[in-house]
Amino acid sequence: MTQMNMIQALNSALDVLLTDDPDTLTFGQDVGYFGGVFRVTEGLQKKHGVTRCFDTPISEGGIVAAAIGMAAYGLRPIVEIQFADYILPAYDQLVSEAARLRYRSGGQFWAPMTVRAPYGGGIFGGQTHSQSPEAIFAHITGLKTVIPSNPYDAKGLLIAAVEDDDPVIFLEPKRIYNGPFDGRQNQSLRTWANEATAEVPEGRFTVPLGKAAVVREGREATVLAYGTMVHVAAAGINDSGVNAELIDLRSIVPLDIDTIIASVRKTGRCVILHEASRFGGFGGELSALVQERCFHHLRAPIERVAGWDTPYPHAFEWDYFPGPTRLADALRRAMEA
Amino acid sequence: MRDLPYGLIRVLDDGGDAVGPWNPNLSAEVLVAGLRAMLLTRAFDDRMFRLHRQGKTSFYMKSTGEEAIGAAQSMALDANDMSFPTYRMLSWLMAREYPLEDLVNQIFSNANDPLKGRQLPILYSARDYGFYSLSGNVGSRFGAAVGWAMASAFKHDTKIAIAHIGDGTTAEGDFHEALTFASVYRAPVILCVVNNQWAISTYSGFAGGESTTFAAKALAYGLPGLRIDGNDFLAVWAATEWAAERARTNNGATLIELFTYRAAAHSTSDDPGKYRPVDEAAHWPLGDPVERLRGHITRLGIWDDTKHEALIAGLDSTVRLAVKAGEAIGTLGKSKPSVKEMFEDVFATPDWRLIEQRRELGI
Ligand SMILES: Cc1ncc(C[n+]2csc(CCOP(=O)(O)OP(=O)(O)O)c2C)c(N)n1
Ligand SMILES: [Mg+2]
Repeated sequence: MTQMNMIQALNSALDVLLTDDPDTLTFGQDVGYFGGVFRVTEGLQKKHGVTRCFDTPISEGGIVAAAIGMAAYGLRPIVEIQFADYILPAYDQLVSEAARLRYRSGGQFWAPMTVRAPYGGGIFGGQTHSQSPEAIFAHITGLKTVIPSNPYDAKGLLIAAVEDDDPVIFLEPKRIYNGPFDGRQNQSLRTWANEATAEVPEGRFTVPLGKAAVVREGREATVLAYGTMVHVAAAGINDSGVNAELIDLRSIVPLDIDTIIASVRKTGRCVILHEASRFGGFGGELSALVQERCFHHLRAPIERVAGWDTPYPHAFEWDYFPGPTRLADALRRAMEA
Repeated sequence: MRDLPYGLIRVLDDGGDAVGPWNPNLSAEVLVAGLRAMLLTRAFDDRMFRLHRQGKTSFYMKSTGEEAIGAAQSMALDANDMSFPTYRMLSWLMAREYPLEDLVNQIFSNANDPLKGRQLPILYSARDYGFYSLSGNVGSRFGAAVGWAMASAFKHDTKIAIAHIGDGTTAEGDFHEALTFASVYRAPVILCVVNNQWAISTYSGFAGGESTTFAAKALAYGLPGLRIDGNDFLAVWAATEWAAERARTNNGATLIELFTYRAAAHSTSDDPGKYRPVDEAAHWPLGDPVERLRGHITRLGIWDDTKHEALIAGLDSTVRLAVKAGEAIGTLGKSKPSVKEMFEDVFATPDWRLIEQRRELGI
């Protein structure tokens, strides 16, 4: 076990993959010589060579299209999109090609590839370095979407994503790359040092896709979250005084529906927290699922706490960001209902 | 014509004389105004970069070494033409005397920010100055410039459009789509590749710049391509005038490669020492655009060191005053527009969601 922040854990996962499997390779903008703008691929080109870790042209569509072709051939490409906000030029490739290749070819071709992308706000990145696009991938069947919330999971989930035989979108919460963040922007920065989830094995291990984590147990309400919002939720639960159970979904497709149902049937209340805009967000799907499967156990309306239905605004970062106060308020409303 | 994309059009020679057929024969007044816009851009960039270091804003990008491009083009084109810029085109605004305080307020996202706190620093929008709204995603306005130009033609208007894209960003589909449309519809547009040799940490070869020139890409689309010394104010001016004349006379689009060098870091987020020799800028064979124009007007006898130092000192204090005024309103986080602004302009008229959410925030 070694202490790692999330960047180091992801770097370690890539290093393990490149070392163990000659058919893996990783590429993207500024990924090779420079080591990536967030340093996730630092040192990998030097160690594994330019044919295994390399820079690409600024063409997200080209990067993903090339990855699809390589994956269809039999390699396991792991590509980086510099910011999730810039994945949209590749959306057609992901939706029309990667997601359907296996289905439309009657199982003759498939694309075992992983697309990594830092996502989310809280870094004063403005409209195009802050977005959370998970819902537009969750909506596309044939794609898996994974979102870690700590270094241990980041490494284990990334290795599992690459081992998976389907295309996986791997969204990295960049606000917590260097330390957990509970949404209180005025408090001093924390690092991952001394966090239990920052104890990461140096070798190969996986965290299975589709298995949620119960981060803390509770009796009165269930909070569903992923990524940075897991930490925000923990703080909000503390503030609320509600004895709430916190579930880190870890992957939204595949979704660990059993863990969600078991928890809500036990607690009778459900609050969903995500940073993406609320309308048409993944919280809508979660809410529908809980309503369909737990209706008779619910003692309060399901609450959704999310970003507002606006673009991510620079000056209003903390008015937009769904922080612990809004979660605590929602929990109290659920208790009073 | 077919050779132009492979050569390099220059007017200012190494000795500072204006020579050859492309000499736009500009007046002393215009030359000094150009120098002023470039120097103001540099002074402003330096000051704002330092303010970022002091934590007064979240982000900044300089255009050091590329100031001749925006300045010459802004001045060579008409007030009603529309540019679709990149984030390194500040000198366009400086040449048109955009108010410095508005720039500062935007960079601070403060209560007087003309973009109402919604946009990352330096992603300006200045419609009245012929400066289309910037966005963080690179390349995606290149095609809109063609559409704007097509609309102008459709309306029998005389306005033209000019668009910029970085060398690195020519790899995006946007570049190729725009060239196709510009060619097929003979749109009155000037499409410019600002080849500053770098795209964050990767050199222009990663965009195909080693196999051919960016200007030469025009040929496959049936467009003329000009390759210009982008550090030569006069050559940039002349090429822009040439392409504007072609567009205005309904002869169609031109692709211009502006060959220059990104002398500073990509942004406040990177350290160029990690991917290129730190003194590379000093060895750039085409020099510094400011020094080259200065040398030229000095040779013309209309400029000297005293005037130059006085101009720089004057511009420094102009910038300092603007920064002071912006600081008095507030730096990032110390002042911001009303939070109401978060919910405005999502649509022309907000729908119930936005009204409810605004109420939930208590504003
Ligand atoms: C669609 C998109 N992909 C990636 C990025 C990240 N990014 C920002 S600037 C940049 C480099 C652009 O290089 P170039 O086009 O040469 O312009 P320069 O910065 O040199 O002016 C990259 C990759 C982005 N902003 N938008
Ligand atoms: Mg460039």
